[in-house]
Formats: sequence, structure tokens, C-alpha cells
Amino acid sequence: MTELAQLLKDFEPVIGLEVHVQLATKSKAFSASGIEFGASPNSLTDPTVLGLPGSLPVFNKAALELALKLGVATGSQIRAKSRFARKHYFYPDQPKNYQITQFDEPLCENGHLDLIVGGAVKRVKLQRIHLEEDAGKNTHVGAFSHVDLNRAGVPLCEVVSAPELTSSEEAAEFMRALHRLVRWLEISEADMEKGHLRCDANVSVRLRGEDRLGTRTELKNINSFRFVQNAIDHEIARQLRLIDSGGRVERETRLWDADLGQSAPMRSKEEANDYRYFPDPDLPVMVVEGALMGNILRSLPELPVARFERYQKIHNVTADDARTLISDRALAEYFDAALEAHPKDGSGRTIANWMLTELLGALNKAGITIAQSPMPPQRLISLVKLVEEGTISGKIGKEIFEESYRTGEDPAAIVERRGVQQISDEAMLWAVVEKVVSASPKQTTDYQGGKDSLFGYFVGQVMKETQGRANPVMTTDLLRKRLGR
Amino acid sequence: MSGVELWSIADITRRIAAGEVTAAKILTDTIARITERDGELGAYLATDFEGAQTAAALVDAMRSANLPLGPLAGVPIALKDMIVTKGVVTTAGSKILDGWSPPYNATVVERLRAAGAVIVGKVNCDEFGMGSSTENSAYKKTRNPWDATRVPGGSSGGSSAAVAAGLCTASLGTDTGGSIRQPAAFCGVVGLKPTYGRVSRWGIVAFASSLDQVGPIARSVADAALVLQAISGHDPLDSTSLAQPVPQFSESIAAGVTGLKVGLPKEYFAGEIDPEIRAALDNTVAALKEKGAEIIEVSLPHTELALPAYYIVAPAEASSNLARYDGIRYGTRADASDLLDLYCKTRGAGFGPEVKRRIMLGTYALRSGYYDAYYKKAQQIRALIKRDFDAAFETVDVLLTPTTPAPAFAFESKATPLDMYLGDIFTLACNLAGLPGMSVPCGLTKNRLPIGAQLLGKPLDEATLIRTGAVIESALAIGAPP
Repeated sequence: MTELAQLLKDFEPVIGLEVHVQLATKSKAFSASGIEFGASPNSLTDPTVLGLPGSLPVFNKAALELALKLGVATGSQIRAKSRFARKHYFYPDQPKNYQITQFDEPLCENGHLDLIVGGAVKRVKLQRIHLEEDAGKNTHVGAFSHVDLNRAGVPLCEVVSAPELTSSEEAAEFMRALHRLVRWLEISEADMEKGHLRCDANVSVRLRGEDRLGTRTELKNINSFRFVQNAIDHEIARQLRLIDSGGRVERETRLWDADLGQSAPMRSKEEANDYRYFPDPDLPVMVVEGALMGNILRSLPELPVARFERYQKIHNVTADDARTLISDRALAEYFDAALEAHPKDGSGRTIANWMLTELLGALNKAGITIAQSPMPPQRLISLVKLVEEGTISGKIGKEIFEESYRTGEDPAAIVERRGVQQISDEAMLWAVVEKVVSASPKQTTDYQGGKDSLFGYFVGQVMKETQGRANPVMTTDLLRKRLGR
Repeated sequence: MSGVELWSIADITRRIAAGEVTAAKILTDTIARITERDGELGAYLATDFEGAQTAAALVDAMRSANLPLGPLAGVPIALKDMIVTKGVVTTAGSKILDGWSPPYNATVVERLRAAGAVIVGKVNCDEFGMGSSTENSAYKKTRNPWDATRVPGGSSGGSSAAVAAGLCTASLGTDTGGSIRQPAAFCGVVGLKPTYGRVSRWGIVAFASSLDQVGPIARSVADAALVLQAISGHDPLDSTSLAQPVPQFSESIAAGVTGLKVGLPKEYFAGEIDPEIRAALDNTVAALKEKGAEIIEVSLPHTELALPAYYIVAPAEASSNLARYDGIRYGTRADASDLLDLYCKTRGAGFGPEVKRRIMLGTYALRSGYYDAYYKKAQQIRALIKRDFDAAFETVDVLLTPTTPAPAFAFESKATPLDMYLGDIFTLACNLAGLPGMSVPCGLTKNRLPIGAQLLGKPLDEATLIRTGAVIESALAIGAPP
């Protein structure tokens, strides 16, 4: 059997994702029932959710606004008039035995999602984003099946990528990018644990250089970043081994079992449902009014990947730090507020450093988020400035940060009160250097005789004499001058 | 017959308001008549006398307290069993919903109650509204009050028979392809299908969503107008309901037809029509002319496409709407070994043959790759039919046609489903175009079977139907069944 790594030299995986994003509306997509995770089974239902005879859907406009935000943020073409369609299949978690979704007239088409792959931005095409309702949940207990329809009718956006992802890492990155974006735009709570983002993956392999796509399988039920990666890796390997042993990939749907770490066939192409799509006669054409579009466009914030690029290009932040800064909109906004308070060229890198090491460290220790930070950006900047101007050393700065974070006192006031200003007065420092050298004749002789490692001893002595307040750069210069090498 | 059971709505509300009679007394007489007559007639599937007594008592209490009474205060009304009633079994004439007690009320029920109506029970219909004789009810046979050997028409056969026989003052029916107008014609009563969207469909068991509409069946045009008034108007629970003002329909009753342009679509008079019906329509035309209407022949060239288009659209939507009847959440459930078996056995046993036929037709029409050839094509035909009407309404105010090509037929006399379908050729186009339509009695055959004249109006122009219907009614009254 050929090694997988060898096979991957000849074959290229091609992956397309379909991600369902639960929209953060208060009520369901087509009725007034509320939405709440973990509510007692079937308590969030009404005649429409239950599919009772005579019930009708009325579309929740709040879901449209959220979907439009996502459409605009992904540069999609927005259909001014789109339609809901019925997709038919029988299953107990689907009370009407059809799902209200969009078929040939989706709300958004031809958008893109920007991913950060290895520090660079990769743009992945989105075929469509459409609105639909979620199904309920079946659980099987012994000989019984229980149906909970609390989730039925919850509004979803289905985001469909083009088959443009070439590895499981990219697929996981796609999920992360979408997760980041929908949280950024407050479209979804995007809590993976609660199934707010659910992913199906279409996976195929083809010989490198081949234009045509190979036969794909659809993997269902991959609902965490890790599962996406594991399930796709597993499927790529399965397909490659199959081809390597002379077999052929069959068009089928496979269900990922995260506990077993493997997939199993769910249904073949022959068993596929004929969904009998047709426009839902209960729902009028969905019109996107110009005024609504205007509001959405006006209120759209700068997007995470745009900030990722700006932080690096304009503010000199490292790619790693830039990536961390955009992992959360509140973090990025804090950073931008800090930049605004200190618009000096090239300070971005320093500010990011203070934020991501000292501030985040303290917040994590306290178990709170950036939004709850007791230290506002302006105060962090006043500290950064004290260090930048040489009033205090970086080391003292960390102490001042700790105290300011804890007490809320202004860093400059703390420095003043504690008298920890850095000593940058040359004459004063020269006197200290002179004193230290005179007091260490043996070390001076040894150092001058070539024992370089003793230089640190002298620095240490100067710091000791000044309670750590000596300007380290000046100290080094003066010591070298005094010691003669 | 004479007495309470044939009083008009105006009689009832005026006499209650004047203290001449109580709502309780009217209800007691109605219950007595149902008890006495319905064993033979077979109109009611379920009665709610207790609920009715409460409603009547409330009317009487309000009258005693000098509180304002609703426009239908104390009026006994029956509902087609397609209309969802909280706590009162609703079956749509199907075994699959046997015993289903809904947890909510249709909007029309809420509106009738708010108007003071006394809802006495649920009346028979073809299963899920699919049929033209009420023979497709899974429960019972409803007889025509004019001739017990004949059908009352359908699918709102129970609604029409109950009104004609005086087992309620008025009723609601539903009309997807003629199901209010055809049984109204067969039973000699007035049936009005409103403009699509005029009346909320919330709580109406769906047959074909883009065609279904609820409307009144009554013994006079004036009564139909009052009931229509109570149930009309926008409902936020139905996205297809129209946010349009509702005129005072009763004001049209006495408006007369002077100067009104009445169109006779030639295609509706060209085919096979019973000669007695043709003669009755001639009388109707003469009466309207005499009252000052102008009669104009018009053409609706796509009329013959209505039947095939209807039998694509209606079954397609029905196949989708009826998918929910699977025995899982409500209704009857068969014993089964696994999920597929449960679906097959529940639906196999729960649906009758006509419903199964239409589900099969609709499933076929919607299958992948055939949507364009069937459903979409049928929708295009609808647009053509609509355009025909728009063009005709540029020259006329209202159209007059026979409601049916023949009077009520005997039980089990239609050999094939197609024979049955062909009886609806005059009523289908109205639903496909979303227009208001009304059937008004315009004569009797030699065998004393009622004949209906159909009026078709512009969208939202029920008022002109009422105006014209009232003139026909006063000129050609047929009286009550024996």
C-alpha cells in the first residue's frame, strides 16, 4: 500500500463546505415562538412550529436583516426579490415533512469569504447564502424515539462555498473565518457547543493538474473546528486508499461519528430524496427594500480581515499579533481605540504587545473579557507613553501596569508617587557607574582581562544602586566607556 | 317550514335587539331542528351545543345589560369541517384527523365570535375539500335538501345543505375550485367565494394554498354580505391576506344594476349545458336587463385551459400540504414496525382514494426535472387566464355564467373521477385568477332542483357581486326546499 503522503503528491483534495449558521433572532423564522437553548422539550412551539393543520408561516423580518448583513459583508450579490421554496422529505423532526428554504432564487449569490491561511489572506468564493428554517431534534431512547421541536423553525443561513478548499486545514480555517465574521457582525451567537454553526463537507480528490472534479461524497454532522479537520482528513485518506487499491469513490452521503472518529455511509445516490422543490404558496416574494439595504450598508463595521491587513501594513503589527487582535471584535475595537489615543507611527506593535501580554494576561487570570476590562485603552496608552518616552523602564512598566490594573490609578500618578522614574541623567548615572566600578577592583581586572560574562555583574550592581531605575541603554553605554571595552 | 329556522340575519339581530326573542330561544329551536332533521340530512359531523349555549347566553346577557351587540349577535352558524375550532373536533372529512381536537381557533372563528355569532357545529365536506359531491367524506353521506336521492354538491356540501334545510342561519365553506359556489347552486342557496386574500386562511386546513379561500353560504345575498363583512380583512397571521380596506357590503344590497355592464363570456355558454340551466340563465339575463343592466358578450379565450391547469396546481400544492399527516404529532396513527412502515400504513389507512389520487398526481407533477413542464407551466396558464379576466373587466363590471353545467346529480352517478372534475369547469378559473365569485339561485328545474347563476367580479369587488346578486335574487326567488 502506498503511503498517504506519497498519494497526496499525485492527488489533490477538493473541498466545498455548506455551513448552517443559526441567526440570533428573538423569535422563530416563521412564527412568534421564542428561541432558547436547553428549554424543556417542546415548550417553544406553536401551531406553525408544530405544523398543525391550518397553521401558516409569517416571515420574521429580523432574520432578513441578519442575512443581509452577512450577504453584504461577503460581497454577495443581493437579490432584490427572492423566494421561499418547500423542500420535501419525511422525517419526524420536520413537522410539515417539508422544510421552508430557498432554492432557485436565493437571497445572496457570488460572494466570498476571506480566510487567513499561514499569515496570508485567501479569498474563497461563496456560491450562495440563503435563508431557511431549522428542524427539530430526535433522540432515541431504547425502543422509543423522542422528538423535541424547540429548534424547529429557528432561522438559519446556509452558506455554501465553491469547491475551492484544498486541505482540511483550509476547511477548518473557513469555519473559523465564518465563525469570526458572524460573531463580528452579531448575526449569530455562534456557540459551537450549542450547534449554532453546523457544517457539511463535500469532499473529492483528483489527480493534480486535472480540471474536472472527482466524484464527491458528502460528510454530514461535523460541528466543531476539530471535527471538520478530522472528518475531512479521514475522508481524504479513505478516498485515496480506495483509489490506490483499484476501487472507485461512490457518490454518497456519509455521517461522521465524532466518538468513533470515523464516517459511515448514510445513503447512496440512488436512495437520495427527490425534494420536489416548488415556491411556497403561503409566502409572498421577499422584497429587499432600498431603505433596509441602505441601513445595512451604513452600519457595516470594518471587517476582521480588513483590520488584519491594516494592522500589519499601517501599524506595523506582526501577523501573529494581528491575527489575535481580530479574533474578537471587542479586542480589535480596544486596539483601535488605543491607536486613536496614541496616533504615533509605529507604536502599533508596542501597543499590541502591551495589550496581548500584560492586559490579556491579567484579564485571563481574572476570567473576564476585554469588554469588562477595568483598564480603558486611554490608560494603557498613558503607560505605553511613559515607557516610550523613557520615563520608566519596561520592567518598571510591568509593575505599574499591575498596580494600575488593580487600583485604577493613573500610571503617571503611580510613577510620581512611587518615585520610580527612570534615571536618564548622564551625570547622575556616571557617578553611580564610577562608584560601582571603584567598589569592584577584582571584577574590573577580570573583565578587562577578557572575562566578558562579568559585564552583567556591573549592570546588576548599577541597577541595585538605583533600585532598578537606571536607564538600561545609558547604563550599558556608560559602563562600556568606564571599563574601556 | 316557517319560523325561526328561516329567519334572516337581519330578522334575528333586530328581534334580539328589540327584546322580542332571546338568542337562547333561537339556539334552542335550531338545536331542536338539527336533532329532528339531521339524522336524515347528514350535514353535521360534530355539534358544540354547549359552546353555542354559552355564546347565546353571552348575547342575551349583553342585551340585558344594554351593551352594544355584534352584527351577528345570536345568529346560529355552522362551519365546514376544514375550519379549525379550538376544543371542537376538526377532521376535514378525513379519517387521518379522526378525533383531532385543535388547540387553537381559525381567524374566521375568532371574528365570528367577536361579531356575536353562535357557532353550533362542524359540517360535512369532501375529504380535505377534494370533491364535488361530499361523497368523499370519510364519515357520512350528506343529502340534498331538495331531493334526498341527490348529492348536495361539494366540497362544502354540509355547509350548503345545513343552510338550505334551516339547520343553521348561515355557514362558512371553503372554495378551492368551486367548493362554495357549486354546492350553493345545488342546494339553492347563496355562496360567495371572496377575492384571494380578502379572508384570512389562518386555521383553514390547507388543500391548495394559492387557491383556497373561505366564504359565506347563506339563504340570501344580504345574509352572505353580513357574514362576509364579519370575516373579511387583513390578518397578520396570514402572509397572503391583503391589507386592503373592507367596504360596507350591505350598502350594495339595494344599489340596483342600472347602468351596470354585465359580461357574458361566450366560452361559458358554448359547451354542453343542461337546457334548463341555459333557460334559467336566459331569464337571469332578461331580469338584469329589465332592471337597467347593459348586457355585453365578452371572450375569455383561455377558459378551456383552466381545468388542466387547476389539476396540476391544486394536486401539486395538496401533495405538499398533506405531507404533514404522518401520524406522529396528531390524528390517527397506524401500528407499525418502523418509521417507513408507520408513514405508509398511517397514510394508507388514513386517506381516502380521491385524496391519494391527488397526492399521486401532485407528487408526479413536482418531481425533479418536471417542475418546469407542469407546475411552472400551469402557473403561466394562470397568468394568461388572469389576463383574460383583466381584459374583460376593462369593458364590463361583472361577469355572469352558469355555476354548473347541470343540476345536482344522484349519488354514485359519476362513473370516473374525470366526469366529476368536468362538473367544475365553470368555477375553476375564478380561483386560478384569485377573483371573487358568487352563486345565486336563479331558478328551478322541472324536477324542482335549484339552478345557480355565477357572478365573477374584479379583484376586491365583492360589492358588485352583492349588488348584482341581490337583483337576481329579488327577481327570481326560488323559495325554500320542501
